[in-house]
Amino acid sequence: MIELHALSRTYAGAVPRRVFDRLSMTVSRGEYVALVGPSGVGKSTLLNLIAGLERPDSGTLVVDGVDFATCDDEALTALRRSRMGFVFQAFHVLPYLSVAANVALPLALQQRHGAQADARVAAMLESVGLAGRGDARPAELSGGELQRVAIARALVHRPAIVLADEPTGNLDPAAARQVIALLRDAVKREGATGIVATHSRVAAASADRVLRLAADGLHAHALGGADDVD
Amino acid sequence: MSRSSTATTVVRAVTGGGVGRLRGRTLVAVVAIASGVALGYAVELVNRAAIGELVAGLATLSGDADLEVRGPREGFDERLYPALADDRDVAIASPIVEVDAAIDGRSHALQVLGVDVFRAAAINPALVATARDRLDPLRGDAMFVSPAATAWLGVRDGDVLSVRAGARELRLRIAGSAGSAGALRYGVMDIAAVQQQFDRLGRLTRIDLRLRPGVDRARFIERIQRSLPAGVAIAAPSTGAEASSRLSRAYRANLDVLALVALFTGSMLVFATQALSLTRRRPQFALLRTLGLSRRRLVALVVGEAALLGVAGSAVGLVVGYGVAAYALRHFGADLGAGFFRGGTAEVIVEPLPALVLAALGIAAAVTGGAIPAREAARAAPAAALKAGDPDAGWGEWHAHWPGVAAIVVGAFATLLPPIDDLPIAGYVSIALILVGAIVVMPPIAHALLRLLRVPRSVPAALAIAHLRANPGRIAVSAAAMITSVSLMVSMAIMVASFRQSFDDWLGVMLPADLYLRAGTGDDAVFSARQRGEITGAPGVARAEFMRVTSLLIDPAQPRVALLARDIDPRDPAARLAIVGTAIRVPPGAAPPAWVSEAWADRHALATGSVITLPIAGRTMAFTVAGIWRDYARQQGAIVIERGRYVAATGDDTVNQAALWLAPDAHAAEVRRALDARPAQGPGVAATTAGDLRRRSLATFDRTFAVTYALEAAAVAIGLVALSAALVAQTLARRREFGMLRHLGVTRRQVSAMLACEAALTGAIGVATGLVLGFAISLILVHVVNRQSFHWGMELHVPWAALGLLSAVLIAASALTGFAAARGATREDAVHAVRADW
Ligand SMILES: Nc1ncnc2c1ncn2[C@@H]1O[C@H](COP(=O)(O)OP(=O)(O)OP(=O)(O)O)[C@@H](O)[C@H]1O
Ligand SMILES: [Mg+2]
Repeated sequence: MIELHALSRTYAGAVPRRVFDRLSMTVSRGEYVALVGPSGVGKSTLLNLIAGLERPDSGTLVVDGVDFATCDDEALTALRRSRMGFVFQAFHVLPYLSVAANVALPLALQQRHGAQADARVAAMLESVGLAGRGDARPAELSGGELQRVAIARALVHRPAIVLADEPTGNLDPAAARQVIALLRDAVKREGATGIVATHSRVAAASADRVLRLAADGLHAHALGGADDVD
Repeated sequence: MSRSSTATTVVRAVTGGGVGRLRGRTLVAVVAIASGVALGYAVELVNRAAIGELVAGLATLSGDADLEVRGPREGFDERLYPALADDRDVAIASPIVEVDAAIDGRSHALQVLGVDVFRAAAINPALVATARDRLDPLRGDAMFVSPAATAWLGVRDGDVLSVRAGARELRLRIAGSAGSAGALRYGVMDIAAVQQQFDRLGRLTRIDLRLRPGVDRARFIERIQRSLPAGVAIAAPSTGAEASSRLSRAYRANLDVLALVALFTGSMLVFATQALSLTRRRPQFALLRTLGLSRRRLVALVVGEAALLGVAGSAVGLVVGYGVAAYALRHFGADLGAGFFRGGTAEVIVEPLPALVLAALGIAAAVTGGAIPAREAARAAPAAALKAGDPDAGWGEWHAHWPGVAAIVVGAFATLLPPIDDLPIAGYVSIALILVGAIVVMPPIAHALLRLLRVPRSVPAALAIAHLRANPGRIAVSAAAMITSVSLMVSMAIMVASFRQSFDDWLGVMLPADLYLRAGTGDDAVFSARQRGEITGAPGVARAEFMRVTSLLIDPAQPRVALLARDIDPRDPAARLAIVGTAIRVPPGAAPPAWVSEAWADRHALATGSVITLPIAGRTMAFTVAGIWRDYARQQGAIVIERGRYVAATGDDTVNQAALWLAPDAHAAEVRRALDARPAQGPGVAATTAGDLRRRSLATFDRTFAVTYALEAAAVAIGLVALSAALVAQTLARRREFGMLRHLGVTRRQVSAMLACEAALTGAIGVATGLVLGFAISLILVHVVNRQSFHWGMELHVPWAALGLLSAVLIAASALTGFAAARGATREDAVHAVRADW
């Protein structure tokens, strides 16, 4: 599903910063993977590469059968639109749209409107425990609820991949636990592949597999011994 | 760290990335403030110069007179003089005859004062000649000219000057100078010579009086006034000065209001640029607030920053204003070319108070503009700004709309109020109230307008509409300057179009003949009976009508009213005059008909059928107002009577102007040549075809209003800059939103389309509101402000095509502004944007 081969990424600057060098990794379809590692090691960078929001300096990257090297920005944008879903640390729910309209956004972007789309939005809201709150304004929701809206939005268009970067970073432990469970359940239910970058031990524990990113590359990680997972 | 350097650090932390980073827009804001201050200051300086000139001129000419006796333009019987001179309370009386001498090739006549040298010496030294030959002041052909007139005429002692006086050509010898350096242009001659050569035998136009010490002035005035013939009045010399300055006052007040409008627009622009720059610095503020900078201190610093813009704008404005005033005075004179004053160059008089007041206004405009966003910024920090959910919370939301509605209602009622001290103060207040009120009620109006839109399928458009619907307050913020400038421009465009069309129609009615003749510049050049005969009998002339123009003193505190004695058919006055409403036929036995201009009717609350009395030739004569006519030429008022009655009452059968109808086969050019060749005509006679007069009048009209067009265009440009500043500010505040959308697969082009759509909608709402508002304001301008200022009535003409085009261009420009703002927003990569912390 996601194949990285010998991926390198260096940020230009006064002192160029090599984030990772010749990194390789494979994630299978339907897998739910947690990405952990110390701050600044490059977790977000890796997610951005997979999302096609950043370009590697070298190496190949094939996502859902599409080789990114053959894609221009337009094609990657289209790819994100149809096959990816995102959950952000800061929710990013549009304050001026209703909850339902926020969830429906990815469908609208694919020109999917009408009763079928509405039903799908309602179903997604129900699955994240927000049935009947579709007409509410985001300002009326709590942080945990907003993140549930974001989860519904990330999955409403049945993406092949869901990328979540510290989805619980802005939440209190109770809300975080709820969101982690919901995210995992939703990804599994929709049959999507999920990658969650996180510092949260609970979040990592919910994953099928935990990968630890370090300066010298990716390592399989057994929960319990890690120092960098809260 | 010392106290002061800590303070500097705080100031730097607050202002860092502020003014400095927004050079372009900051510059525009400073320019807007500067233009308001400059216009205001220039108007003020010109006003001062004008009044200074007038007062100085009058002081020069009336010298140490306590009182003066004045009458109609034609003067009064000179036998009044010995009566006054012998009065027990009068120390000295100085008789004067004032006439206008037309000079060939000059657009203005030279005022010539005939004085009794010995009398004048005691009261008005400015009228005493410095003669090389001691007998010259008594010689009939000798004239002494003021220094300003010497310069204007370009003459030297001993030169001979040809002037047209009455129906004659006169050759006057320049025998020396009169008075000292001053701006006033005049010539001084012996009184007897003037009376004789200018057809003023037995007449005086003024008597200056010095009273004996201890005389009660009020009692004296009362006693003398009773003995004066009708149309002659006694008053302090300053009364005349005030009367003359009155004429130009409304015009100057209008310019003052334009200056205030420029300041208001400048204030709007400061508002928009400050809102933008503060949005940019919001993270900085959030941090500083978190670190313990008090809200009050933050607001003070940010407002101080706006004040700095005001100081810069004011300083530039004062300098520019001074330059403009000096230039205008040099090239157009103290009346800015409107023709209110005659005379030479006025001096710029600089006094500290007006400069301080205008600087204060400029700074106040900037501070007002900066205060609202400063408060928002301080309130937003740190809680809302650091809260992830709603990055742009607290962005200029207005909650109470009733003050706006109240302002509009009060404004509407204010239009019903009469002028205050002859100025349309209530009209101006009404415009200001309606404008501000409309901006305050913008949010619900914008909301209602947006409700009318069907949400389209296209995601960018749908998002744009959703965003605007959720933030109507922000539309008001973005479009406030735009609404102001568009409504201003629209109202001025409608007013000017109405005026121009009405003026054109008026010219059509007022110029029915083929050819017009004037005896010369000034109303004292006349055609004699013989010349009249020649004109009527000239080959190619089928018909000739004549007019005698003079003026009457009805109230010494008001300018003289023009009396037009003309050949007119009382059964059909509308054939010659632009009658407003209906004219009536005066029944036999009633007072004879007079047709009064709108200005005169307005000022004296006259209606058709009213009976008025006019002091003609020292006697009061009753007339019936047989009709009210429109007169764009004489703001002080004009009254038309039949020439036959004037001749019968005064014995004066000279005329100043002739209207000629040509025979079917005659050519205007040939007739003009034939008339020029008549020996008796002499130079100075100006023959003009109706077409030329009309063209020239319209050209003058367009020139007068060219300034307004330029100001309007500038205002609209400022409105667009403000809109763009507001849009960029809002786009900046929404960076994370765009970053998220890019994650979700929205293309850059779609983001641009969304912002352009928002900008176009905001522009459209601004333009639509501006159009409606502009129409309302144009009604106030046409029916209240102009009417009360100048007593000019006009028909409403809306230049639909021009307004439609303007609206389309403005909406397109708004959309482009949105695109430009989007370019900045989408240039940043999506990854960075979603992480942007506020
Ligand atoms: N745009 C950029 N320009 C330069 N350097 C960058 C940029 N983005 C990230 N980096 C650097 O790349 C490294 C990896 O950053 P990244 O955000 O991927 O870390 P992370 O593992 O997600 O950290 P955290 O757990 O704190 O979120 C960091 O050292 C960061 O300084
Ligand atoms: Mg990260």
